[in-house]
Amino acid sequence: MSWSKLHLAALVVGVLALAVAPAFLKTYGLYLLTLWLVYIVAAMGLNLTVGYAGLKSLAHAGFMGIGAYTVAIAMKAGISFWVATPLAVVICFLFGLLIGFPALRVQLHYLGFATLGFNVLLVLFFRNEEWLTGGTFGIQNIKRPELFGWSLNGNAAYFYLVLAVTVIAAAALAFLLRSPWGRAFAALRDNPIRAESTGVNITAYTLMSFAIGAAYAGIAGALFAPLVNFIDPSPFGVGTSLLFLLMVVVGGSGRFYGPVLGSAIALLLPEYLRFAKDWYLAIFGLSVVLMMIYLPGGLLSLKSTLQLAKSKRDAKLKEAAQ
Amino acid sequence: MSLLSVKDIKKSYGAIAAVDGVSFTVEPGEILGVIGPNGSGKTTLFNSILGQIKPNSGSVEFDGKNISGLSPLAMSRLGIGRTFQNLQVFGKLTLRDNLIVAAQEFSGSLWGRILAAGDNGVGQRADEMIELFRLEHVANLPAGALSYGQQKLVDIAMAFMPKPRLVLLDEPCAGVNPSLVDGLRDLLLTLNARQGGSFVVIEHNMDFVMKLCHRVVCMVEGRVLAVGTPAEIQANRSVLEAYLGN
Repeated sequence: MSWSKLHLAALVVGVLALAVAPAFLKTYGLYLLTLWLVYIVAAMGLNLTVGYAGLKSLAHAGFMGIGAYTVAIAMKAGISFWVATPLAVVICFLFGLLIGFPALRVQLHYLGFATLGFNVLLVLFFRNEEWLTGGTFGIQNIKRPELFGWSLNGNAAYFYLVLAVTVIAAAALAFLLRSPWGRAFAALRDNPIRAESTGVNITAYTLMSFAIGAAYAGIAGALFAPLVNFIDPSPFGVGTSLLFLLMVVVGGSGRFYGPVLGSAIALLLPEYLRFAKDWYLAIFGLSVVLMMIYLPGGLLSLKSTLQLAKSKRDAKLKEAAQ
Repeated sequence: MSLLSVKDIKKSYGAIAAVDGVSFTVEPGEILGVIGPNGSGKTTLFNSILGQIKPNSGSVEFDGKNISGLSPLAMSRLGIGRTFQNLQVFGKLTLRDNLIVAAQEFSGSLWGRILAAGDNGVGQRADEMIELFRLEHVANLPAGALSYGQQKLVDIAMAFMPKPRLVLLDEPCAGVNPSLVDGLRDLLLTLNARQGGSFVVIEHNMDFVMKLCHRVVCMVEGRVLAVGTPAEIQANRSVLEAYLGN
């Protein structure tokens, strides 16, 4: 079986396994699984900005907040989830474009701080504009949508909606990355000076990587609000933006399945470490530190890291033999 | 009309005139060499032509249009390609993808390219270039994993992918194994014959320049000392003195 067929088969098995998972999970387990899918969508967007286009962003949770608040406010105003979600995506896309402009002037950690400042501003807005966002009290009783008259209020039904959106979002990203855009993003990441001299419009691709990444965060936010039924500013702070970055980096920055693995580790590992009681966060932190030391390219870089180590070892042996 | 006209370029750093009133032209299809001892102002001139540094005075015209101060992107869109003295490839992309990305942006619109074929119709041209440069055996390896010489060839091949009308080559022989220099010269001659573009070559390797170029500009201390055919330059007493001393 060729690699692409094997890949497709693994993908189908994975999605089918997820599809039957609700039958085996209790309420909290299903909630975690749904939240994992939401985080995957958000982290996929950040992976585009950070992993594929090589930019820095610490505002991703803020974008997710824009998506969540847009849907919550719109639904409270009687607007359908199916209208509010595209609206949230468009608003996030436009904010992503806006925050992309500093990336044209500053890079690396300076850009990281510029985006971090934007995230802080958004949290202040969510907290202080009570007339719109409910302030620290947040927005409560956010209903789950209906689809063709079929209520998605149940946990399993909503899980299937999130699963469907995740699969569509992943397919759209895969399509984008296989198009010339994907190669242009990689060129921008690897060598922007060379990219520009080969005709790559680095201004346009920088802005697009931020805008599309933010739009993915908007989708995640739109799914998050009805999942948790209540939103306040706390899930959209800088800490969550750092968590998203951790998901991308731990899974494998610039690798398609990196966010899938990274968000599983960032979300689920602390849950499975709860047996360690007060030590669970320390163990989690230490695991991440060790991973970054020995696998800086993320978990999905394990194979290439081992191959590189082997080729270095072989080269040393060859040199010693001469 | 000349394809490229460099007119009275001057660039000073404090009291030091790195380029002091340099003028020359490049004709369609011509390969022009720029030589000179270290510190003669070749690189400053190169960067002034490409808009990477702003000269104090003078202008650069391409096909009759003033291109002074244009961005690298705008220059590439006009049909001006370049190579780099230091390796500048896309390390994580495969060699083939490096070549494709060097040409994919020249057709269709930004939005149209989302729906375009993965290689945007330039994959075949990339394969032809890979064959010409004899890089088939490493075509699908990441460019960053290739040897220095191979990456140098990728850098040069990338500059020619969009069939530019003018290519500026910055020390193409630097770091290349001397046994491969003749092969590189033959490649450039083949590209010149096939694509018909003009080249400006800045190079230290005299033998390479003399066998490749139609005309040679010799610079000394920021000024043009002599312009002529390789034979004329080789016979020019001032040039010999500049290189060898009195």
